[in-house]
Amino acid sequence: MTKKQKKSLTRIIIAALLMIILKFLPAEGWLRFVLYMIPYLVVGYDILRKAFKGILNKQVFDENFLMAVATIGAIALGNYTEGVAVMLFYQIGELFQSYAVGKSRRNISELMDIRPDYANIEKDGELEQVDPDEVEVGTVIVVQPGEKVPIDGVIEEGSSTLNTSALTGESVPREAAAGEEVISGCINLTGLLKIRTTKEFGESTVSKILDLVENSSSKKSRSENFISKFARYYTPAVCYSALALAILPPLVRMLAMGLAPEWGDWVYRALTFLVISCPCALVISIPLSFFAGIGGASHEGVLVKGSNYLETMARTKYVVFDKTGTMTQGVFEVSGVHHNTIPEEQLLEYAALAECSSSHPISKSLQKAYGKQIHRDRVTEIEELSGKGVTAKVDGIPVAAGNAKLMKYLNVEYSECEETGTIVHVAVDGKYAGHILISDKLKPHAKEAVRDLKKAGITKTVMLTGDMKRVADKVAEELGIGEVYSELLPADKVAKVEELL
Amino acid sequence: MKKTYKIDVDCANCANKMEQAAKNTDGVKDATVNFMMLKMIVEFEEGADPKKVMKEVQKNCKVVEDDCEIFL
Repeated sequence: MTKKQKKSLTRIIIAALLMIILKFLPAEGWLRFVLYMIPYLVVGYDILRKAFKGILNKQVFDENFLMAVATIGAIALGNYTEGVAVMLFYQIGELFQSYAVGKSRRNISELMDIRPDYANIEKDGELEQVDPDEVEVGTVIVVQPGEKVPIDGVIEEGSSTLNTSALTGESVPREAAAGEEVISGCINLTGLLKIRTTKEFGESTVSKILDLVENSSSKKSRSENFISKFARYYTPAVCYSALALAILPPLVRMLAMGLAPEWGDWVYRALTFLVISCPCALVISIPLSFFAGIGGASHEGVLVKGSNYLETMARTKYVVFDKTGTMTQGVFEVSGVHHNTIPEEQLLEYAALAECSSSHPISKSLQKAYGKQIHRDRVTEIEELSGKGVTAKVDGIPVAAGNAKLMKYLNVEYSECEETGTIVHVAVDGKYAGHILISDKLKPHAKEAVRDLKKAGITKTVMLTGDMKRVADKVAEELGIGEVYSELLPADKVAKVEELL
Repeated sequence: MKKTYKIDVDCANCANKMEQAAKNTDGVKDATVNFMMLKMIVEFEEGADPKKVMKEVQKNCKVVEDDCEIFL
């Protein structure tokens, strides 16, 4: 809580306590009035002051005025408790509002964490942390594993994998080596990088993204513009309506119907009307929803450039997906073992052991599928035949694992796989032992996401991919995607999207 | 020329009023108040002196909403 909020809370508590005490005091007449004035002024003095200043500045109709009139009116009618209570609840409401708004503000700031607060510079063999703002263009900065790249630049020395998900949304880490450009905001995952900066901190990608998010809610949506225009007429309209409500019915009763005017009742009704018509809640509702939307999205790593775009998004009808890396993980996993002459597990074991020294994604997926500890001492005479595969001796038995080329090279007869994916053929002791199918896996939430989109009113889901028709159709069927276009070149994808527009 | 200023104001409607007041100030081409970020983005007319104009903007804002602050 801020100082202002704490002060407001203290005032609310004091006033509430006073109210409770006053309930049990048998004060009457003027004393009662004076006593009730204490909590009223404690909780409402600033409102009264603002209302008064507003009148002086010819800005009569605002919520302070509404509150002041309503509560003073209630007190004038002798409803002291109600007058104070209205002011009290109004202040509680204001406090909640300010607390909620402050919390949303902080949520957005959380995303700003993508901005690193230091850069490493090597000086006399030692690393020194400096303010990234002070790093000049052309300086060599050092980025250690686990750190964020603070400033855009070109890799001078070292190679590593970078997590670019905060910038690109791409979940698969990107390889980066000397000579390549890196943008700030990426997280360095593995190796030490020396980067020659090409931009100043303020001009770097990460700072620009920060500006973008910060200012996104300044691009107002149509509904926001409408509500602020509306508010300008709303408060005066409410005040005049309240006045009419207080005066007209009694006059009509008195003159036209010959009844008692009941001024007190109608003034009371008019005051109630005033209390419930504060414009601020109305005015804040829309920007706050947008802000919450933008904040929530940025919390999930989705950057929205403006409230107006968020509004447009709400009317989305079609959603077009890419396949690899979007609907699928872009990581490879063993999805089947076929034509095996030995038990599946044994085949996997042989393959995993034979490939144990390789760090290729395919070998890793084999090792993962095998799932057990790999005892490297069981493997001897490992030989990598590049572009083909590996041969090795596992427990003294010769094993070959690789693609069709390797089988041809070794003169082993093999069987083709009907399914699509990367295929690792395995030969044990010179004989064909079967093949392992490795394919891309669906992302775990892809199916739910498509279902939720449909539930949210998306009429058409489309998947575009450069992959083979067989694979694409299978993925689309599994996910429940309505339309699939496969075997597309990047330019074809653009054309397809344009068709949809 | 556009400039961004930090502001402090309590309610959304007051922020709207500030925006309106800033827009109606001489030398201001356009103004946006972002209540959620507590920022005022002012676009000045060509040849206007931002410092002088902002003084006026501040004065005008104070008239419509006493409890507001623009950090120049």
